[in-house]
Parts: sequence; C-alpha cells; structure tokens
Amino acid sequence: MIARGSESPWRSSLRQLRRNRASMMALGLLMFMVVASLLAPVYAHLVAHVNPFPANVQGTISLGGKTVPVLQPSTVGFGVTPIGPTWHFSSYFLGADPQGRDVFARLLYGGRISLLISFSSAIICCVIAAILGMAGGYFGGGIDWVVSRVFDIVWAFPVYLLAICLSVILLTSGLNIGFIHIAPGSLLLPILIIAAVYIPYVGRPVRGIVMTLREREFIQAAVGSGASDWRILRKEIWPNVAPTVMVFFPMMVAFDMLTESSLSFLGVGVQPPNATWGTISNDGLQLLYTRPWVSIAPGICIVLTCAALNVLGDGARDAFDPKAKLRGGA
Amino acid sequence: MKNSVSKWLRVAAAASALSSAAFVASSASSASAAGPTYQPAHAGGTLKLLATGAGGTLDPQVNYTLQYWQLYQATYDGLVTFQKVGGTPSFTIVPDLATSLPTVSKNGLTYSFTLRKGIKFSNGQPVTVDDVKATFQRLFKVSNPNAGTWYNVIVGGPACVTTPATCTLPGLVVNAATNSVVFHLIHADAEFLDQLAVPFGSILPASTPPKDQGSTPIPGTGAYKFASYNPNTALVMTRNPYFKVWSSAAQPQGYPDTIVQTFGQTVESEVTSVENGQADWIFDPLPSDRLQQVSTKYAKDVHVHTLTADWYLPMNMNIAPFNNLKARQAVNYAIDKNAAVTLDGGVQLATPTCTILPPNFPGHVNACVYNKGNGSTYAGPDLAKAKALVKASGTFGEKVAVVSQNDPVDANIGQYVVSVLNSIGYKATLKPLSQNIQFNYIQDSNNHVQISLTQWFQDYPAASDFINVLLSCANFHKGSPNSINISGMCVPSIDAKIHQAENLMITNPTAANKLWGQLDTQIMAQQAPWVPLFNPKLVDFTSSRVGNYQFSLEFYMYVDQLWVK
Repeated sequence: MIARGSESPWRSSLRQLRRNRASMMALGLLMFMVVASLLAPVYAHLVAHVNPFPANVQGTISLGGKTVPVLQPSTVGFGVTPIGPTWHFSSYFLGADPQGRDVFARLLYGGRISLLISFSSAIICCVIAAILGMAGGYFGGGIDWVVSRVFDIVWAFPVYLLAICLSVILLTSGLNIGFIHIAPGSLLLPILIIAAVYIPYVGRPVRGIVMTLREREFIQAAVGSGASDWRILRKEIWPNVAPTVMVFFPMMVAFDMLTESSLSFLGVGVQPPNATWGTISNDGLQLLYTRPWVSIAPGICIVLTCAALNVLGDGARDAFDPKAKLRGGA
Repeated sequence: MKNSVSKWLRVAAAASALSSAAFVASSASSASAAGPTYQPAHAGGTLKLLATGAGGTLDPQVNYTLQYWQLYQATYDGLVTFQKVGGTPSFTIVPDLATSLPTVSKNGLTYSFTLRKGIKFSNGQPVTVDDVKATFQRLFKVSNPNAGTWYNVIVGGPACVTTPATCTLPGLVVNAATNSVVFHLIHADAEFLDQLAVPFGSILPASTPPKDQGSTPIPGTGAYKFASYNPNTALVMTRNPYFKVWSSAAQPQGYPDTIVQTFGQTVESEVTSVENGQADWIFDPLPSDRLQQVSTKYAKDVHVHTLTADWYLPMNMNIAPFNNLKARQAVNYAIDKNAAVTLDGGVQLATPTCTILPPNFPGHVNACVYNKGNGSTYAGPDLAKAKALVKASGTFGEKVAVVSQNDPVDANIGQYVVSVLNSIGYKATLKPLSQNIQFNYIQDSNNHVQISLTQWFQDYPAASDFINVLLSCANFHKGSPNSINISGMCVPSIDAKIHQAENLMITNPTAANKLWGQLDTQIMAQQAPWVPLFNPKLVDFTSSRVGNYQFSLEFYMYVDQLWVK
C-alpha cells in the first residue's frame, strides 16, 4: 500500500483502520455495548420498571396474567429458585438472580461499570507506563535503573496473584496513603489495582523503543541543537511512541476487562451493590444447574467485548505499527 | 460455643452436653440404657464419605470441627458420652468408659467415677486411671480451645491454663487400686458433665505426646481406629481389633469394615458422585441449585433435621448508630425474617425466629417482640414503625457497614440487610469477608463493626450456652478477636440475672429454665442486641445403598451406624 504524500501518517493510519472491515465490525459491536450500557437507566426505569440494586426477595411479577414470585419456592422438593428468562423484553427478560433482581437490567448496569473500569484502568496504565518507559529509556542511568527494577518487581508476580493479593488487602481497609483516602468499596480501588499490575506490560516495550530512538540521528540532532529534554520528549520521542501505546490500548482494555471480571467473580473485585459482568457471573454460580443464564449472559458480554477489543487492537496494530505494515506487505 | 472457625466448622462445635434436667433424668436410667439392636447381616463393606477439604488436625483434644467430631464418635470414648441413638434421647448422657454416671457431692464440687476394667486402646494397651489423669493434663498442654473456659473449673485448672507445661491438675485424683477417678471442682458447674461428654474428654493413652499430633492418628477405644490420614487426599478408618462392646448405648458396634473420607472434589461433583452411587454421603452443605433436583429425584435418600442454632445479626451496642436502643429496635422491626429464610433456601430449610433460644431448647419461650401485630408467632416486618424509630433515634442518614461472610448464602442475606437498612434511612454498604477471617473480625471491637451476620450452634442443650456465652459481660473482651459477645452487651442487671439462672440450674433446673426464658424476652425487649433471623435445618444426602440412617441432635449423623450391605 502506498500512502499519499500529502497525507499525515496519522490520517493515513486512520484511513487504513477504517478500511479494515473486521475492525470496523468490532468497533460497531463495541459501540453497541457501550451505548446499551449507557442506556441502562432508561431500560430499568422506563421499560422494565425495576431497581436492579436492592434485594427483591419477596417481589412478584405479572406473567401471563398471573402474579408469580420472582423467587419461587419449590413445590415438591427443597430450595428456592429465581424465576427464569421470560424472554419478554419489558419484564425479567433474562430472569432473576438469587436476590430476585432483574438480571437483564443488572447486565446493562454491569456493563457500565465493567467498561468504566476497563477503560479507566487501561488509560491510567498506558499513561503511567508511557511516562515511566519514556523517562527510563530517555534519561537512562539511575532513573532507568529505578524504573526497570520497579517493572521487574511487578513483573515478577503473576498478574492475577498480585491483583488478588492487593484486592484482598485493600478491600478490608481501603487505601490510605498520605492525603489519599479511598474507601474499601470504592470503584477506584479495582481501577488502580488493575492499572498497576499491567504497567510493566506497556512500560517495558515503550522503554525499549525510546532507548532505540535515543541513538537515532534526529534525536542526536535535536540534542545538538540545544533542545531541552522536555521538548525532545514531547516533540520527538512521544510522536514515535504514541502509535505503540495506541496499539496497546485496546488490548489493555480487553486484559483489564478480563482481570476485573475475574477479580469480581472471585469476590475480591467490585463490591455489591455495584454490579459488573464479573459479579453477575458470580451471582449465577450458585444457579448454574437451574438458571444458567445468570452466568452465561455476562459471560457472553465479556467474550464479545473482549473479542471486539482484540480485533480492533489487531486492526490498530496493522494501521499504526510500521512493522505490521511490513508484515502485511510481505 | 467459644469457637472461632467458619460456619460449618462452627456447626462442628455443636458439641453438646446435657442440661441439668436431662442429667438428672439420665442419672436414674443410665445404668440400664441400651442402644439399637445390632444386625450382623449388614456388617461389612466400605462406606465412602466425601468432603471438599480435610478438617484439620486429627487430635481429638484439639480439633473443634463437626467434620471430625462426627468421626470421633466411633473412634474415641470419654468417661461419659451422649447416648448413641437417634432423636431427642441422643441428648441423654450415659456412662461410657466409666461404669456408671458419677456420684456428685451435695455441694456439686466432687464428681466420682469408677473406670471400667478390661477395655483396651486400639494399640492393645489397657485403659487405666493413669491414662485418665494424663488425658486431662494433656488437655491443657495441647492448648485445647476450651481448656480455659470449660475445664479450668477443675481444681488446679487455672494454674494449668497459665503454665500448661507443668500442669499437674491436683483436682483430678485417681486410684489405681480401686479404679476410681474423682474430679474436685473450684465451684459447682451445672455443665461440667456435658463438657466431659464431648470429644475433648476422650481418654487417650498416657504415652500420647503432649503436643498436637496433627495428622498422626492417636489410639482410641472406639469401634474403629484411624488407619491413615492425609489431609490432601483421604482419611481411612478400620475396625479396632481390640474393641468389644461394653455398652451399646455408649459405643455400639459399627457396620462398615472400612470408612473412607475422601477430600478434594467440589460440592457439585460430590453430589453427582452420591447420585451415581460412587460415594455414600457428603459432609458439605448441598449447593442451592441442586437442592430441588436432589430432594425430588432422591427424596428417600434425603434427611432433614432442625438444628438448635441461630442465624442472627448482632448489633454493636457500643458504637453509633446501634448504641441507640431505638436504632436497634428499628432494625428488628425492619428485617423480614421470611426473606432471610427464602435466601437460605426456603421454609423447608429454615424457620424464622424472634428469640435468642431456639425452639425445643431448654428455656425457650414462644415470643416475638418485634412483629407486625402483637402475636407471639412471627408475622412480618413493620417498616412504618422501623422508619419512625430511626427518625426518633436521631440516627437517620448515618453510614452503616454490614459485615458478612462472602459465601453465597451469607452474602445474599448481607445484601438483603443492606437494602433494608437503606430503605429505613441509613446509608448502608456490605463488607463481605472471607469465611476464614470474618468470625474473628466481627468479634474484635477494634474493627468497629456496626452490624454483622453470623451463626451460633449449640455446644450443648443448655440455655446458658446462648444467653450467658453470647450476651454476658464476662464474654465481652474489648479489642480481642475472641470476644464472642459480638454485640458487646454488658448490662449489670441482666448479668446478675444470668448468674442467678446459672446457679439455679444446679439446684432447680425447671425454675432455672423458666428464668432463662424470661431473660430471653427481657433482653430482646429492653436491649435488642440482635436481630434473630432463623433456625437452620441440616440436609443429609446419602446414596441409595445406605441404610440405618440415624441422627443425633448432638453430633448429627452416626457415620459408623450406616450400613452399605
């Protein structure tokens, strides 16, 4: 493919991304998930007329002209089973969870928080990783040593083990460092924990790129012409690092979503009454035998969203990463 | 019970003893007590039990879990024990290694036993009074969980608690010539015999090292012995070659030749194994999504029993907002106990309760102070009254954290409680904690827990095991993770009545139980330290080949009495 001489590399890359049909379908799916999640209050309040957060243990719904409890006591044996999917869009479309709450409404609300956490933590992760990677790679010496050791230490722990340990500790007491006080149930905790554990995954490649760039002629020329470090980093280094970070970003969102879901599924992520796809999956664990949709539905949402992000990430890599262009043209 | 382990381990602690009333009754009849008729045709085979995990140390003087206390019934004996029969008679204490129930002095300070002759441990050594003496010294040396609260009533007990290594326990006097064993107590204790009848009182060889034996089996006198134990894989019991029945009421002959408890499967997998006949019983509670299937398809193999236990919400009476009586009363009015029952699995698996003492328990009085209407049977919540009380208390809008365990049932009930608290004007959040830490966490006043969800299973059927243990000043220890009076209630006038009832238990159990019942109602009306939620039921699921299922109210299912042939 030959880029037009008048077009900036960014425009060229974006144009290539737009031409990637798979990426555009993935983007469409992702946008659908985002919009559907954003419309959660509209669905809950205007369509289903439910509040999906408080327990609804003694609640009833009208089904086929009959009033039935959302938690149905067994008539012949033991136990209580939540009502299954009604497949009526306006009323318990996917049935009820063990607390008698509308699963579909919670799924939409859960999507908001799952997406919020995964996007937020990916942004924080990429920004911090880019700053640390650029600082370490450009300045070298003591700064690079400190940055590299921090990366090494974080990298030394399995991601999930580290995230679980941090979550368990912070869930009990919250985060209290100096003037920073974050309550135990705050959504900021999973956002920060997930962001922190993935920083080396972005920071190390960024550092490597910057170390290579540092030796290139255009950087040496900038140094020779008396440009400040800040200017070199901003004007010369960052534009070359940004495509790499952009390629990483969708993948990090997908990783973060999976991590958040895993932590929440294990009960050490987002805490009730907040819902995420992970917590809803966990709610359904005790109903796998009788009401599998409570777990399957959020699982499908996670799979679709992560698949869309990965396809989009591949497209972004093809569009923004020159090496990917070379591979594609080979 | 003064236990600090998870819910199902705490069930374990449901070791019981007899109330004085029952004790008196059993004293008269115990000498002739007889167990069920043994049917040799059903003997043999291997009984296969399943548990998700092992129950910890195998040492009967250390282990405090139902999982192993059930097994100890077939492997160890004390001087006395709970009768090995099903139903209410299982609360009756009968002589075991002792020839008869003890002669108790009039002042209640001396308990005299005579040890049976001719009984051998599973290693072939004869049981002697020296073994009895060494056993009770060892109780202190191995730091038995209840040494400091149950057995320190023996003269010399407090010194043994302080310096276990040099414990001599002078209050326990034995005579090899007459085979007599005499306990001298510091003060009269109506529950002492109960405490001798639980597995902590199992008589062990004097040669047993004075430290927790962990996974090393200790010889016992029961019908079975522990043959091997690997906490990662399985626990195997085989017949004790030296066992001969001396009292079928105390230690009957067992049916299977071998009993194996295997660890490591998930509960779902365990249920499937029992359904397929690959195993015979599971220790763990049935998962909620299998209850209906199991109870309908395998109805004849499902056994349900009401437990003398409480699920309740203790409120911290020493910190806001529940240092305000009206706030505590408001929560009592607001919580729908039927909703809690639904979340526990429905009316077949739990019964709503308003009282501290469970139904059919000594001292229980049918009363319901916080109720819709004025009936003594629970009719539902009264949200209007609850909201009015919250406003009157001046605690409206305060933040409240509900601390529950993070297992599905606890977390669901915790979330329900949060919803209710929010609906009456608080800003409530849920703090779900791991089962391993929650019970100790909520006891420690340093953690400033406002309200929590917990359970209490009887140690023995005595009202004091609920009211005294859970609500007296003596059991509130500021800043300690072992402060079982979780609500921190310490009301001198009520404490005086508790002591009065305890003393009355020694001389007049009937009057004492009446007083316990009055105290129950008085505490709920005047202090409202808890919201009693429900009394749970236990579901046992056995394979189709299993027969002779018998349930003890004290130690639950008799494992060794199941036959597989």
